Amino acid sequence: MFEALSAEEWRAVTLSLRVSAVATALSLPLGIFVAYALARWQFRGRQLLNGLVHLPLILPPVVTGYLLLITFGRKGYVGQFLDQWFGIVLAFRWTGAALAAAVMAFPLMVRAIRLTVEAVDPKLEEAASTLGAPRLWVFATVTLPLVLPGIVAGAILAFAKAMGEFGATITFVSNIPGQTQTLPSAIYAHLQVPGGDDQAFRLVLVAIVIAMAALLLSEWVSRAVARRISGQ
Amino acid sequence: MTLSVALHHRFAEFTLDAEFEAPGGVTALFGRSGSGKSTVANAVAGLLRPDRGRITLDGTVLLDTDAGRMLPPHRRRMGYVFQDGRLFPHLTVRQNLLYGRWFAPKGQGAEMGRIVDLLGIAPLLDRNPGSLSGGEKQRVAIGRAILSNPRLLLMDEPLAALDEARKAEILPYLERLRDELRLPILYISHSVAEVARLATTVVLLEAGRVVASGSAAELLADPAIAPTMGLREAGSMIIARVAAQEEDGLTRLETGGGPVFLPDVGASPGAMLRLRILAQDVMLATERPLGISALNVLSATVEDIRLGDGPGAMVRLRLGDEHLLARVTRRSVRSLDLRPGAKVFAVLKTVSVGRENVGTAS
Repeated sequence: MFEALSAEEWRAVTLSLRVSAVATALSLPLGIFVAYALARWQFRGRQLLNGLVHLPLILPPVVTGYLLLITFGRKGYVGQFLDQWFGIVLAFRWTGAALAAAVMAFPLMVRAIRLTVEAVDPKLEEAASTLGAPRLWVFATVTLPLVLPGIVAGAILAFAKAMGEFGATITFVSNIPGQTQTLPSAIYAHLQVPGGDDQAFRLVLVAIVIAMAALLLSEWVSRAVARRISGQ
Repeated sequence: MTLSVALHHRFAEFTLDAEFEAPGGVTALFGRSGSGKSTVANAVAGLLRPDRGRITLDGTVLLDTDAGRMLPPHRRRMGYVFQDGRLFPHLTVRQNLLYGRWFAPKGQGAEMGRIVDLLGIAPLLDRNPGSLSGGEKQRVAIGRAILSNPRLLLMDEPLAALDEARKAEILPYLERLRDELRLPILYISHSVAEVARLATTVVLLEAGRVVASGSAAELLADPAIAPTMGLREAGSMIIARVAAQEEDGLTRLETGGGPVFLPDVGASPGAMLRLRILAQDVMLATERPLGISALNVLSATVEDIRLGDGPGAMVRLRLGDEHLLARVTRRSVRSLDLRPGAKVFAVLKTVSVGRENVGTAS
């Protein structure tokens, strides 16, 4: 089965894994921060932030991809700035695919983490502060460990969403074999060619295997973490 | 050590307007639920910012709203023991105990081994908080607060969530803290029994105001304050020395008013004890009663009488250097012609002073 995958198909699979891993890892700190802010702080523009975070969940992915293109494309404000000052180009690169995946997965990640932050008793944080711990230390030693199950769940959800992301990705970075062609894009490309069903089906099986493995891993990790946290 | 507190804070239902000083020892902040006790504790710890107020500890300003100063909780070094323990569920008992150590000034304060022994929690060190009983949790919470090397221990109803057996289990540990560590404690409670066992100073809070404050022995024997304590709960506190253990299972104690016999108190001769004697357990006689089963007949002098709204009356007696409170009827006050200065005999049944009413004194 696996021997039957062409080099190009293998590249699509590994690219998808890399894009999803990078998207998840880099958006996680921001996801934790935004989830904490939404759960705990009362500030002006809280509802606006909440709406912005959730927008990619509601908008057609092609719209999100297009918005990314006009913002982070070579001609976009942010894209121009990044290109000129840091030499970073996102459009039509795998890094752009990671950005698109991260944006699309962000609402799911934030929701999962936010729910666990809300479940952490602020009284425990108060207790830590009376024991002499400054706020950041309280966050690192009490809040963060207790939110860990939510962070794990959020990261796995985000990874899964990133693996399956298609619409925004293909709009923003196109479908260049070996460069921006992720697993879903590759399946789509095969399906566009007459007689490509067989090749598409092999990739579909790969997608199913990866999804199943991720699900089992997430179950196992969250159970292990929950056991540690509950203090049993 | 002196903690000075002046607070003004408006709530939806009532206004807290309290001012008091806590010297060293155990200062009990006593009042019914809803009298504002926990608000005071939270303001002292820095967890609540009152509308107006000033709190100082030995010259260190913790809070001064007029000057716009408020020290954050982590810089106040108040060891707070909460009613609900609040142990960190993801850490072991040992890690919980050591949590405050990171921030405590180095080289001072109680040593871990000593506190662990004092609280009897050595067998629990590697357990997780989720597997501890209520009483064990509270002992660990107390140890954690002490090991953060605080300047003051704040205890907000630390026993309120426990059943009677667990309370009886923890009270001796609190007495040891008071007598052995010499750590000043602000003890918040609505239980007269706990106050009588532990307090050296009492601040009485009613509907957000301090209605009385002073030494525990004086205040508990004040007939005017007895109604606030609850008539059935009212009682005085006297210090006694264990004289001998008698063959028939009784313990003989020396008090200012003569010998007192109690059921075995479980203390060796020479030990100083603190007895709580409920006002309703004390009977008065103008002549020494003969042919009576009660073993304790103490000669005393009437100092103060307060007639209640109902048929009852509270009588404060002087017993050597100490006070005894007796609850009798107005009719008896009249028929015995009790008045300040009168010589009387206070009668106390041996069995009326239970183990829970006997604590240690330093």
